[in-house]
Amino acid sequence: MTAMVTIHYDQERHRVPAGRTLLAALEAVGMVFVRGVGCRGGVCGACTILYRLGQETDLRVGLLCQEVVAEGMEILPLPWFPQRKARHDMTLDSGESPDFRVINLYPEVTRCIMCGECSRVCPVELDVMGYVGMIKRGDLKGAARESFTCIQCQACAMRCPARIPQPNAALAARRYHGLHQVRRADHLAGAVARAASEKMKLTFRRLRRMSAEELRMLYQRREVEPADAPPGTWLPQDESLL
Amino acid sequence: MDRDLPNPFPEPLRSSARLVEATRDQRLARSRRGEAFPTLSLAERQAWVEDFHPDHQEGGRRELRVGGAAGTVLPVELADLLEAWPHPAVRIGPIPEPDLIADVLILGGGGAGTAAAIAAAEAGAKVVIATKLRQGDSNTLMAEGGIQVADQECDSPVQHFLDILGGGHFSSDPELAQTLAADGPATLQWLEELGMLFDKYPTGRMKIRHGGGTSRKRMHSAGDVTGLELMRVLQDRGAALENITVLPFQPAVELLTDEAGRAAGAVLYHLVQKRLRSVAARATVLATGGLGRLHLRGFPTSNHYGATADGLVLAYRAGLPLRDLQHNQYHPTGIAWPERKVGLLITEKFRGLGAQLLNRHGDEFVHPLEPRDVTTAAIIRECREYANGVATGEGGMGVWLDIPLIDLLHGVGTIEREFPGRFKEFHHKGLDLRVHPLLAYPTLHYQNGGVVIAPDGGTDIPGLLAAGEVTGGTHGRNRLMGNALLEILVFGRRAGRAAAEFAFNTKELGVPSTGHLEVFLEQLATAGVDKSRFAPILLPSYGGNLKPGQAVPGGSPASPRGEPVGRGAPVFEPGAGS
Repeated sequence: MTAMVTIHYDQERHRVPAGRTLLAALEAVGMVFVRGVGCRGGVCGACTILYRLGQETDLRVGLLCQEVVAEGMEILPLPWFPQRKARHDMTLDSGESPDFRVINLYPEVTRCIMCGECSRVCPVELDVMGYVGMIKRGDLKGAARESFTCIQCQACAMRCPARIPQPNAALAARRYHGLHQVRRADHLAGAVARAASEKMKLTFRRLRRMSAEELRMLYQRREVEPADAPPGTWLPQDESLL
Repeated sequence: MDRDLPNPFPEPLRSSARLVEATRDQRLARSRRGEAFPTLSLAERQAWVEDFHPDHQEGGRRELRVGGAAGTVLPVELADLLEAWPHPAVRIGPIPEPDLIADVLILGGGGAGTAAAIAAAEAGAKVVIATKLRQGDSNTLMAEGGIQVADQECDSPVQHFLDILGGGHFSSDPELAQTLAADGPATLQWLEELGMLFDKYPTGRMKIRHGGGTSRKRMHSAGDVTGLELMRVLQDRGAALENITVLPFQPAVELLTDEAGRAAGAVLYHLVQKRLRSVAARATVLATGGLGRLHLRGFPTSNHYGATADGLVLAYRAGLPLRDLQHNQYHPTGIAWPERKVGLLITEKFRGLGAQLLNRHGDEFVHPLEPRDVTTAAIIRECREYANGVATGEGGMGVWLDIPLIDLLHGVGTIEREFPGRFKEFHHKGLDLRVHPLLAYPTLHYQNGGVVIAPDGGTDIPGLLAAGEVTGGTHGRNRLMGNALLEILVFGRRAGRAAAEFAFNTKELGVPSTGHLEVFLEQLATAGVDKSRFAPILLPSYGGNLKPGQAVPGGSPASPRGEPVGRGAPVFEPGAGS
């Protein structure tokens, strides 16, 4: 005997099996989803829901694929939210710093009243208010770190009384930080040049002319870089393929 | 959830988890003495794989009777879709007045599609992306592991190429494998220039590690959310290009061609408004992703909700050759419980650090680091043949992955340090990976094969290009970890550029038409294919007897109406629309 609980999805009452996720429970009673379902693993933010429990006054936020059914849930799907998005091309004006540019793109962050609602509702438990403060203070590195696992469900933006589009501001913070503040990979330009070099083309040509047997031999003779070798320090004995 | 209880598992997981605890000290002592569970001989490996790996299950395959690949043996679930009727509302014949006209139409809004759109739009084309759900909803954003690029001093694209060939048992198209490896460094540089965040040292040098089957460390990552970070950045770049239009909730149900045999766009189906829409385009890019949601042999999957092989169906009907589709990648350790994570991967790294695989009695049954296909076969053998699996409340099955061993072997704090994302995620839901084992079962992860392409993404139909998981050849019969994220970008951008060029060189587009279907329809009729079988199915029909993402014994899961998945399409209402 499966225990059943009663929930309301989009105003309709459903008796569903207890212990299941909301998504599986609703599908188990025959519901077919088109909007509001995505990766089914809690990483894409497509199935954001707002819900309340019975007589509780608190509005909660969750993901349909992650939340387990509970008696008396009243659920509203939030498939989309018109969060403001600034147009930008990742460039900076002369003399403009990346952190200043992000504030210019999203001046709303300066209006934060620190109510903490964004952090309270975040279904992946980010300190949203914290990273908004970091953007405001010009700490893009901190904001990038704190917002790194944001699934862009937009629940924070929907609840913000100061109308801050937090997910978009965080996305800009991460990209401007990544492009303008993090040091470029020093080894990459060399790798690009080597990949495009005549020598590499010749080596490819040599391998492509090999018989299946020769290729297999070459494969079996590969030298394996030790897992604990610091990057850029180890070199193989045979450098003919480099 | 029993959040406050020390043992978070419901019965019968709870009693079995106690047996795992009971045998842990002995197993730990053996591990410390360096006594590992014996590895299989090559002959044993082969026997286990042939007897238990899903690719080898006799009942799971059948011969195609219709179309260009008639005679090829494929998984039944896929064969049923390749040999299915177009949706009845699709008119067979010319569509003189399309609803929308574009230079380049891109089918699919995941990583490959978005990369193609960016490349085509940067070349100046007017681009339309038609995607099944929202843009970005894809397997791309679910990728955790990383992206392989040969960028170190000890490495080279040729070395990468050799790893790709060997990993795929020397079955790759060497031209495609070479292209993948050779374009790697420039692709990584492009991502860095887009402001994508990578794990780096303070000097800017990227952190790298090995993946299964690599001879050099070339796995680059962004924490354990590499795909999510990649997809967010690609989408943001795409959003800055005004010549890209996104049509969400509008998957393609048929390709269009003109009288000259060129690609001419596609017929879309609006999932919300339930009507058809036609887009005429001078070039079309197929980037529809994989097939995990067909749940081959009833297996759970790590794939996105929309991964239903649509692109393969459209391409096959249009007469394009497909390859290697009998080989699908199953990851040995997908999560089997709790339900909200069913099918998602538990990375090999856990086993690399000492976590053991245990049956319901808490006993080891296989060396934890056999090759993927062998481990997969071993777990299925233990559950199905010896009934030593743990049954979950939702009808699935699994074996334990004893993660707490890692801290016992390497010191307190190792688990939290090495797996911050997974640790935090489970911890919030009351499952402490330092204390509790996880239940695992093989999960359908990747479609190795697909549409045959040239290095620029070109297919046998002029003006039709393809990129990403829908294509085949790059990885041959088996893909190495980290090569999928590279593939979608390398071939996505190549296909986008080639599509833009083709569009600019196509002065006059003929009348778009579905007329190319006529021969195929005759063949379907001759073969007597069930008239109620339609494809593409667009979404899996969960509900009723089918518990999403869980193993269904004995074949095709069924919808509430009793139709197996893949027959009929509850989201598609024939007769609606034009």
